[in-house]
Amino acid sequence: MIEWRDHGALLSARPHGETSVIAEVFCAAHGRCAGVIRGGISRKLAPVLQPGNVVAVAWAARLEEHLGHFTVEPVRSRAGMVLGNRLALEALQAVTGLLGLVLPEREPHPALYDATQGVLDLLTDADLLPLAYLRWEQKLLEDLGYGLELGTCTVTGVNDDLAFVSPKTGRAVSRSAAGPWEGRLLPLPPVLVGQGDAAGPDIAAALAVTGYFIEHRLMRAQSERPMPAARARFIALLARQS
Amino acid sequence: MSGKGAKDIEALIELMARLPGLGPRSARRAVLHLIKKRGLLLLPLAEAMQKVGTTARECLNCGNIGTGDVCDICADDARANGQICVVEDVADLWAMERARVFKGRYHVLGGVLSALDAVGPEELRIPRLIDRVSTETVNEVILALPATIEGQTTAHYIAERLPQTRVTSLAQGVPVGGELDYLDDGTITAALNARKTF
Repeated sequence: MIEWRDHGALLSARPHGETSVIAEVFCAAHGRCAGVIRGGISRKLAPVLQPGNVVAVAWAARLEEHLGHFTVEPVRSRAGMVLGNRLALEALQAVTGLLGLVLPEREPHPALYDATQGVLDLLTDADLLPLAYLRWEQKLLEDLGYGLELGTCTVTGVNDDLAFVSPKTGRAVSRSAAGPWEGRLLPLPPVLVGQGDAAGPDIAAALAVTGYFIEHRLMRAQSERPMPAARARFIALLARQS
Repeated sequence: MSGKGAKDIEALIELMARLPGLGPRSARRAVLHLIKKRGLLLLPLAEAMQKVGTTARECLNCGNIGTGDVCDICADDARANGQICVVEDVADLWAMERARVFKGRYHVLGGVLSALDAVGPEELRIPRLIDRVSTETVNEVILALPATIEGQTTAHYIAERLPQTRVTSLAQGVPVGGELDYLDDGTITAALNARKTF
């Protein structure tokens, strides 16, 4: 019997049969792992198995390649704090939805795990959440090998007047170097490089850039499924903020 | 068992085993019981299932299950009190009816928004709800959706689309007979956030 213990953020719990669920947990040391939880739809376990909650898990299977079984213990509940907060609900579902789509199974990502716990801890802070979410998406891209390089112009090497991002390389392009290719490049919102305002619409514009790379690089590489709709609703809420 | 009759019984057992709460062994016991009580149970059950199979349909107005185009609740003028209770599923509607406290009409969404299962507003009866609110005399929409991440996301989505209507939702917190010691911290947090003056 193969067994391990860890803790992590619950990403999803799908019904399996009449009383069980198949849960996906982003574990600190084991990455995204799935397992059956017997009695997962019970009144006792259902509140624990809400996305974003931190759980202590014990995973066991006869062979490594088996789906395996989880036993879970609640560590920290986030669901109760965010149920009445629309922005937090959409952000939580965007985070857990994206991780469920693009994170390879059973591959540890300790830095991304810490960043994920960081952004989930800020769900109820409406002032900090939008920027924290943007930084989390940048971290997601970086940790999975598609990090944006926005410090210098990929054409000239200068580090001022950077106005665009190349959709092919994810590197910055200065306004003067863009020339006739300007229409094919993505705009570079200043907030993406830690400059300018970090108001809702600025962050929404920056998320359009990170979203492009998530959709065209990560999603194409890992999943056939569409981007979580909650992410689009989260961005729409940000865009309406003054 | 052997022969054609046995095959029919096996087919019945297989069908029964697909019902929620039943497995092959319990389906076999249920079928045996039905056969033993042929006149009392099997034939009336078959007749009732035949009848429901031909008449049961979704209410065109609210999504409830009834035997006509419009369900009994929607057809009852006494329930047109200006309140619409929005529920996820017909089972939730039946639960509300069991409590006998709500005297208005219902709207069954047929699910909740789900990123995981790619369920969007168009897959649910949200456009029909918005249409009902604009055409019927509605002064309150009560959201009786699950206290889950997806249920409450759906609730917020609906509330945003009904800016001219009073939208309320069920309270969340300590259940009747519940002791704090046995509650999860999410429920305690929700209950504390929804506290009221005593």
